[in-house]
Amino acid sequence: MPRRETVALGIAAVGLAVVLPVCNALPAGSPLAVSNFTLNLFGKFLTYAILALGLDLLWGYAGVLSLGHGVFFGLGAYAMGMHLMLEIGAKSVYQSALPDFMVWNQVKALPLFWRPFHSVPFTLAAIVLVPALFGLAFGYLAFRSRIRGVYFAIITQALALSAWLVFNRNEMKLGGTNGLADFKTIFGYPLNQPGTQRALYVVTALTLVAAYALCRWITLTRAGKVLVAIRDSETRVLFSGYSPAAYKLFVFVVSAALAGVAGALYAPQVGIITPAKIGVLPSIEMVVWVAAGGRGTLYGAVIGAFGVNWIQSWLTTSYPDLWLLFLGGLFMGAVLFFPDGIVGALGRLAARARRLTGGPTDRARLDAALLSPAAPGPARPPGSEP
Amino acid sequence: MTARGSIIYLEDVTVNYDGFKALDRLNFFMDRRELRVVIGPNGAGKTTLLDVISGSVKPESGRVIFGHSTDLLPLRENQIAQLGVGRKFQTPSVFVNLTVRDNVELSLRRASKGVLAALRRRDLDEERARIARTLESVQLAGKAGWPAGALSHGEKQWLEIGMVIAQDPELLLVDEPVAGMTDEETARTGELLETIAADRSVLVIEHDMEFVRQIARQVTVLHQGTVLCEGPVEQVQSDPRVLEVYLGRRREATDAVG
Repeated sequence: MPRRETVALGIAAVGLAVVLPVCNALPAGSPLAVSNFTLNLFGKFLTYAILALGLDLLWGYAGVLSLGHGVFFGLGAYAMGMHLMLEIGAKSVYQSALPDFMVWNQVKALPLFWRPFHSVPFTLAAIVLVPALFGLAFGYLAFRSRIRGVYFAIITQALALSAWLVFNRNEMKLGGTNGLADFKTIFGYPLNQPGTQRALYVVTALTLVAAYALCRWITLTRAGKVLVAIRDSETRVLFSGYSPAAYKLFVFVVSAALAGVAGALYAPQVGIITPAKIGVLPSIEMVVWVAAGGRGTLYGAVIGAFGVNWIQSWLTTSYPDLWLLFLGGLFMGAVLFFPDGIVGALGRLAARARRLTGGPTDRARLDAALLSPAAPGPARPPGSEP
Repeated sequence: MTARGSIIYLEDVTVNYDGFKALDRLNFFMDRRELRVVIGPNGAGKTTLLDVISGSVKPESGRVIFGHSTDLLPLRENQIAQLGVGRKFQTPSVFVNLTVRDNVELSLRRASKGVLAALRRRDLDEERARIARTLESVQLAGKAGWPAGALSHGEKQWLEIGMVIAQDPELLLVDEPVAGMTDEETARTGELLETIAADRSVLVIEHDMEFVRQIARQVTVLHQGTVLCEGPVEQVQSDPRVLEVYLGRRREATDAVG
């Protein structure tokens, strides 16, 4: 990792995982205190950022646009949610060992596929493996048939729609439209205690840092270069001896697993997971975060997920009518005016400022070399004498 | 077949595009270390021939044998590339968002080009030397750190040739390498191809007859998906069948205009 980025990542990690929770632990009257509400909100944003990282690796680097990542987020969230439902036990409204919604739906015994979720290790494994294996199966079929570009985006959108329909059905025994909610404890710790929420927040922040390091490591290896190469010219990659399908499948599975982990951290912090989080609309919103933040940089995805959702939570409380207009405007703005997102727009602004103040930039040096006929090399074909 | 053995051998190959036979029971073979030029009018099946050898088009019948006895038909494009068949496309096809050096690095011949191998650590010294040598040979060493998208058209063509050289193929397929190049660039590309052909087999498709005269020893003329004739440039150029195919078309075109 470049040194500047390592330093920035370190500062962000300390700020998010140490300073914020410490401020949250301060007594409420203190000027630096961070409220439980704010910390919880940040925790939610951080789970979105984890998902956005995987999506950026897939879309920003390999050029594979998925409009169905809500599904993988949902799989992780439901896996965690099922465990939390079982932890409630007889403390539920109906004082049955079964989750409340099963009592309403006249389910007499716990369905077979719910049973392993009593186990904590199984749940933790399922959070990663269920979305990853589902991504593996789906990606294998799609990439092996050489479905790419718009066609891939469309079938992932179809996936999101069908997953939404399936999760909405009561027959699935996953709570139907109401989803899973009313969680009481997580691994024995009460969820309504600020201490538990703070710990969840810290785990989320550390997971985000680890996810960032993982994604950055991938982009710095030769495999990362192959991903960019696939975006540039898939045919050339194929004729250079690489199988683009294998690389796309790899990055698709990584992003699915990250989405699953994000979902699993989301469920206990927000306290509910419903099919509304896995449909077409949330999946598209996820893509908007990455587009608005800036593709192919990783930190752009984090900034986008954080920024867009922060604005959303502010707008939906202060000006609820404006939110959807804003989201639409943001997407069009990102497409029309800043295709490389906030990060790219700021970068260009900084470059312009440096030019105005007289300092040479890398880009400017390159342009000069290209334009000046006196510069060695560029303007002349190799082999011709000066 | 000569004592050295063939590098590529096609027997009775037919490619059928919805009734149009792009290749019609084509028989074609090349010796090792041979520089062969394939010419022919539009639609003669030249590019289809390259597609069949490199695996992107599967014929409906026939055999395609690489080297001593490797059957190419069941293999995918990347597997054929790993066996030692390199392909240079007509329009430059390079990775514009990677540096010139990275373009060559990705193309280097390696035992494995799988995901796990690519996630492991960096290049060896020996590989770095091979990248540097390749960049020297296509005269792009001075621009190793440039994004490939910033190169001129001719330079992109050379970069792609460099990438294919880095693959260290036994057989190199080149589709109209000098299209859109200046005379000077054309001459230089001809020299480059002759250097490459010193220790590997090269199959070039070309339209530019001047360029064909510069580089060709053996020429194959394709017409309607089969070999019309084969031989040294002078002989092919004076062959009445070739004249008819080329000139006959020209006369028809004139008639159509008149």
